[in-house]
Amino acid sequence: MGMTMTQKILAAHAGLDSVVPGQLIEADIDLALANDITGPVAIRELVKADMDKVFDRSKVALVMDHFTPNKDIKSAEQCKECRDFAHKHDIVHFYDVGNMGVEHALLPEKGIVASGDVVIGADSHTCTYGALGAFSTGMGSTDIAAGIATGKAWFRVPAAIKFNLTGELAPWVSGKDVILHIIGMIGVDGALYQSMEFSGPGVASLSMDDRFAICNMAIEAGAKNGIFPVDEKTVAYQKDRALHEPRVFEADDDAEYARVIDIDLSTIPPTVAAPHLPENTKPVTELAGIKIDQSVIGSCTNGRIEDMRVAAEIMRGKHVADGVRTIVIPATQEVYLQCIREGLAEIFIEAGAIMSTPTCGPCLGGHMGILAAGERAIATTNRNFVGRMGHVDSEVYLSSPAVAAASAITGVITDPATL
Amino acid sequence: MTAKGTVFKYGDNVDTDVIIPARYLNIADPKELATHAMEDIDTEFVKKVQPGDIMVANKNFGCGSSREHAPRVIKDNGVACVIAASFARIFYRNAINIGLPILECAEAAEAINAGDTVSVDFATGTITDETTGQTFQALPFPEFIQGIIDNDGLLNSLKARGV
Repeated sequence: MGMTMTQKILAAHAGLDSVVPGQLIEADIDLALANDITGPVAIRELVKADMDKVFDRSKVALVMDHFTPNKDIKSAEQCKECRDFAHKHDIVHFYDVGNMGVEHALLPEKGIVASGDVVIGADSHTCTYGALGAFSTGMGSTDIAAGIATGKAWFRVPAAIKFNLTGELAPWVSGKDVILHIIGMIGVDGALYQSMEFSGPGVASLSMDDRFAICNMAIEAGAKNGIFPVDEKTVAYQKDRALHEPRVFEADDDAEYARVIDIDLSTIPPTVAAPHLPENTKPVTELAGIKIDQSVIGSCTNGRIEDMRVAAEIMRGKHVADGVRTIVIPATQEVYLQCIREGLAEIFIEAGAIMSTPTCGPCLGGHMGILAAGERAIATTNRNFVGRMGHVDSEVYLSSPAVAAASAITGVITDPATL
Repeated sequence: MTAKGTVFKYGDNVDTDVIIPARYLNIADPKELATHAMEDIDTEFVKKVQPGDIMVANKNFGCGSSREHAPRVIKDNGVACVIAASFARIFYRNAINIGLPILECAEAAEAINAGDTVSVDFATGTITDETTGQTFQALPFPEFIQGIIDNDGLLNSLKARGV
């Protein structure tokens, strides 16, 4: 029986010729990742189990991104635990204020993840790296602790849903709209325990930033991972970045899929997910006019340079509506610098938005833009659960950067095509 | 091993942000963290829960963030077992890794009511609603996963194997 792309990567890392869905395997990992929230828990577990060791100091990444720059004393203590561990074990990929970024934007940008890798991260959005043709998935701190110490992890080999993409995206439609559209279609557990494998002639038209956004939110459909085939764009992206050689895996022609779903990219409208689940999606036109108090443009889903460019294009020469706090957060230092070099920073600030240093901050209700009771945000982030960005009685609408920027200008949820 | 307690019942897609809101994830002390369990959907939970009580929910329990704090605060409040129609996969792994017993059983999740007294036999996977007299059969764990549970968590099971 043929294997999916994910199954082939897992088989190769488990030293097996083939694997089948449901099979429990132990595989070598190429990277174990944790952040300032999940890292301390992993470190404490390692110490408690008398396993305070690192299997390979160049295959562990610790990124201080969630509550940084340290928002309070407790957060500072947690970062210190990670910093001390990183120094003790001479961790190569330790990223702190000054060189950090939102982890899932940072690691691909730095070339730490390459095509064909197996990556486990104590952060659910670790699935982002599927855009590079890597197998990557989120786990908890104890799993990551085991990975840090041993270089291995156990997996239940997933079945897959194949998304056969055709056509090209319409203007003002991005990868974010594609994944919101798909989650709306299959639901927040529509891909539970499964891979989401994207393929078909429509893939070529999607930029790398589109693909990162799509794979990033695979977890929001319950998926184990999302993954794209490696093509010219993937190779070009990694050319001057990859710190190790990318390996290309392709799904077999006779691979079996649990489901095949055809998606014509040209039919996807700008899409928004209403509170309080990412599956509550509607075309932006059906939600247009809903008043907002805040617009957040950033996160591991949409804090990359293309996201910044499209937001700036919409905000250029305009001003945000009265009473709309507009927070732009480039996901990495490189993206931040690029925003300055391209003049995007000037556009944002002249429009009445603020630009923040890279941080996960408001996405998870940490800091840098918390909502009060009764307030409503439109955000390019990935979750709109109850209380996600602040008060339990606040609301988050999820959208693309184009919709979030257009909405900031008008003060109500807005289709960018109508500006 | 068995458990018996009063049921706290929840619906579909209980996410880890409501199990333990991210605003508390800078708290290192497990006891303090546990006082915030479920507070965004059920402010009564931490006031009422007794050691041995049982949490029952519908599909996709524990979806969202990978935070291991979520099963930990449930366990640290004394909950003996979570029964759900299905679990989000990261929560499923986390619960096993930290030693929070979980059982997948759609029929039990649907039939059991809040406040019922429920007993669970982990050896057989039998769930009994003592209030209504109904019994249900949960799916057994694969042997590999049972090994992690028997060794009191992932790291101990790795040590037992000499890894």
